[in-house]
Amino acid sequence: MHPDPLTLYGETFDSRFLLGTALYTSPTIMRDALRASRCDIVTLGLRRQNPGDRSGDAFWQYIKDSGCKLLPNTAGCKSVKEAVTLAEMSREMFDTPWVKLEVVGDDYNLQPDPFGLVEAADELTKKGFKVLPYCTDDLIVGQRLVDVGCEVLMPWGSPIGTGQGLLNRYNLRTLRERLPNIPMIIDAGLGAPSQAAEAMEMGFDGILLNTAVAKAHQPPLMAEAFADAIDAGRKAYHAGLMERRQTASPSTPTIGQPFWHQS
Amino acid sequence: MINVSLNNEAAEIPDQTLLSEALAQWDYGEQKLAVAINGEFVPRSRYGEVALREGDRLDIVKPVGGG
Repeated sequence: MHPDPLTLYGETFDSRFLLGTALYTSPTIMRDALRASRCDIVTLGLRRQNPGDRSGDAFWQYIKDSGCKLLPNTAGCKSVKEAVTLAEMSREMFDTPWVKLEVVGDDYNLQPDPFGLVEAADELTKKGFKVLPYCTDDLIVGQRLVDVGCEVLMPWGSPIGTGQGLLNRYNLRTLRERLPNIPMIIDAGLGAPSQAAEAMEMGFDGILLNTAVAKAHQPPLMAEAFADAIDAGRKAYHAGLMERRQTASPSTPTIGQPFWHQS
Repeated sequence: MINVSLNNEAAEIPDQTLLSEALAQWDYGEQKLAVAINGEFVPRSRYGEVALREGDRLDIVKPVGGG
């Protein structure tokens, strides 16, 4: 197949798989999963560090060694102010204006707060950030995020960590069709490679996930499975899926059918 | 001495201690970190200018795994 890079904020990436770096049983397994995923972008977070605590040193070394582009998140932030401050801290720490913007609106399903998200995206864009918002599949929210300067959208498939796959295909298809020129990455909720392939077949541009790989019995193998599924789904999207039909239609020619006689 | 909150835990430090001095006293050394005081981001370039005050709430963060 011809080269088919993912372009986000003017940068191109060979892989359409973005992988999270949390929840692995060890930094070594995380490193192996990153390699197996063939990903070019990894997400990571910021948390309080107490004096003398060096427990994260191996983690950080593996992240640096991966050579991947860093996409820090604002996970857990519940207000615009918290998200903007954490984004500023991450920009300095990782020397990148890229941020996966999360503003949590509900503790039960970790649903993004659409109002806070748009407000924070607006503020961060004006401060020079490249905002990749983790959003719901609501079209109008997507439009508002684009209006304030987001060049990428990252709608959820389903709530974080649920593995439920694509819960609202109608909304996702609408979002895809109404904003055809905005790169969209399905972020969160995918539990199986088949779900990732389906999202890619629908024309989404990439997949971001974490739990489905980190919580697999063999994370590197699952990372490879997702990478293969994402590639397959992308190829299928380019190839063009056939239309679904209600009735059967034989694939083998009916003309020349043996044993058939006009009665 | 003044009382400050360091990552939500009580800490004592001499009045007017600069942030850069406090980080050294608390053994953060040259670690990769970022700082906010009272919810406001403090750029690294200002560590040598900002003096801690009674009641300041410091958040000092490091990279961790994230999704």
